[in-house]
Amino acid sequence: MLEKKSKKGSVIALVCILVILGGVILLENVSMFMENVPEVLRPTSQLFTVLKKGAVYSLVAVSMNLLNGFTGLFSLGQAGFMLLGAYTYAILTVPMASKDQVYYLFGGSAVKFSLPDLFAGVLGAEGVGGAVSMVLGVLIAMILAGLVAAFFAWLIGMPVLRLKSDYLAIATLGFAEILRAIFQWQRLGPITNGANMIKNFPTFSSFNIENSAGETVLRLSTFVPFLVAALCIAIIVLLINSSYGRAFKAIREDEIAAEAMGINLSKHKQLSFCISSFFAGVGGALFAMYSANAQAKGFNSTLTYEILLIVVIGGIGSISGSVIATFAYVACSEWWLRFLDTPTTFQSESSRTMFIAALAVAGIAITALLLLRARKKKGGTGMMAAACIPAVVFVGYDIYYAMSGAMEVPFLRTGFRMVVFSVIIMIVVLFFRNGLMGTREISDLFKPKAKKEAAK
Amino acid sequence: MLKINDLKVNYGGIEAVKGISFEVPEKSIVTLIGANGAGKSTTLRAIAGLVRTSGGSVEFMGEDITGKDTTEIVSRGITLVPEGRRIFPDLTVLENLKIGAYLRKDSLESDLEWVYDLFPRLKERHWQAGGTLSGGEQQMLAVGRALMSRPKVLMMDEPSLGLAPIIVRGIFDIIREINRQGVTVLLIEQNANMALQTADMGYVLETGRITMTGTGAQLLADEKVKAAYLGT
Repeated sequence: MLEKKSKKGSVIALVCILVILGGVILLENVSMFMENVPEVLRPTSQLFTVLKKGAVYSLVAVSMNLLNGFTGLFSLGQAGFMLLGAYTYAILTVPMASKDQVYYLFGGSAVKFSLPDLFAGVLGAEGVGGAVSMVLGVLIAMILAGLVAAFFAWLIGMPVLRLKSDYLAIATLGFAEILRAIFQWQRLGPITNGANMIKNFPTFSSFNIENSAGETVLRLSTFVPFLVAALCIAIIVLLINSSYGRAFKAIREDEIAAEAMGINLSKHKQLSFCISSFFAGVGGALFAMYSANAQAKGFNSTLTYEILLIVVIGGIGSISGSVIATFAYVACSEWWLRFLDTPTTFQSESSRTMFIAALAVAGIAITALLLLRARKKKGGTGMMAAACIPAVVFVGYDIYYAMSGAMEVPFLRTGFRMVVFSVIIMIVVLFFRNGLMGTREISDLFKPKAKKEAAK
Repeated sequence: MLKINDLKVNYGGIEAVKGISFEVPEKSIVTLIGANGAGKSTTLRAIAGLVRTSGGSVEFMGEDITGKDTTEIVSRGITLVPEGRRIFPDLTVLENLKIGAYLRKDSLESDLEWVYDLFPRLKERHWQAGGTLSGGEQQMLAVGRALMSRPKVLMMDEPSLGLAPIIVRGIFDIIREINRQGVTVLLIEQNANMALQTADMGYVLETGRITMTGTGAQLLADEKVKAAYLGT
């Protein structure tokens, strides 16, 4: 009975993944066979940037969730493992022809081979042979990227995983920073290109299929990251639902009880750490492909925090939450909130008046909400006074703006997007602490009966 | 079946268990009673491999298992039901039970059936999160989870802790039932009355040493035990 149910569930999941993958191919090729597609669907649209970056980030977020959410090990080393993956991928796939150009400061690369070129030597560099050798080279480089990250995780896991909570976070954060410094070291230049970026390796757009005339026939540049991410996330989901996944969750819930049940704590923590790092490494390779370069400078702690933020917003311990949050986050930061960065001017006096009125209403509404909350919680006069501050600020600025007669929309200029974004994040963390999904998955939302009974 | 010889355990320089010896015969119920800090829990944790011993030996079915790790000891057939139940609160009852059987690779169906037969309540609630169960049900779950490893010896650390008297009686009925089905039980308790009524053999532990030995009935009748542990 139970077995049957889960089988049905996995079939549905598989169909969903296939539909999404098919949808992505369709979406990015619509402009090929239709003349007048809207601006959004053209290949240069922000939509595809968001989809590509979202796919890459969702893999990294899910890998972080495996460790932080499911095993309960609070690690902040994700950027470090991504860096290892990105560099491994980049170093192994820079074509022989561009090595001298990329490594010109160091007189050529110390790595005297390139995986795609190795395969091209066997299969031929032109036409189908060339395409197959490129795909094979990229694939193997990606797996190696994961393995290198996993190997380093295993190495530092031995001493570091004895630490608990904050100490583990600090140690892994430190490890990531050390890696970043080492990869920028000039002495390692012939391999890592020092502080300069490695580029010219195959990227997502290398997967677009062209005809002999050099015209693109089929776009696959968004499909490829989706495929890799979907595959990796599916493996992680299978792992979480296996007996290993149960052991991870047991460790998260109660280490002592888990140990008493015969679960080897250090072995399982090490395993979870290595697997999480493997996928972070693959994610790093994808990230290098996305940004078309690999440079240690980009893999700083801000990147880790970005991923951590996604995991928290999505819900610690929810895979689908992480994926949804990733796309929402990337879409906001890369696309939807961009308008906040461009100064805009009102066209007429009446639209300006309407804006002023709307601003005043919004300010008062927010204050009313806060006041109601403060009253419900019996916070006293201090809380009430604090709740009035936004109203005073809002209305005060509104009056000043009305008096000054400026026609430009207030606040909108470079950098304001990040301010708004920070406020949104603060609201999420303060009022929706469990994130979007808590520990639930999308599939749980379609099981109304069990949920309702559980609520009783 | 289980033979403890001169077992010593140190906790950061303090000798919690100062050389105790006792035996648990096959298919019996043996209890260790004693006040707080007498070294009862430490003894069980040492047998389970959760704390390091500083002397003496533990022998199980003729083999020395001193200093082996918990994974090894559980797979040989000694499982501990930890003090304070310690179920996994966010996992469902079924998942909790499956983790109990983590070290086994064979089919769980018959054992799940067995545990559900012993605790019909768990079957009703198999999809609920462990943390939503009542205290008594959580204790059932803790025992059921340990039974899923198919133990030869089940060690229980204060199963009556924080439970109402009527529920405690139910738990002890279950302990007898499990024992009747062939599982050896090593039980430690502060509720000396219940424990001694249930046990075949009892040992009184005081500040890390065994001070008295006897069958359950003998100890129940003993004046000193009555004064110190039974409050009569």
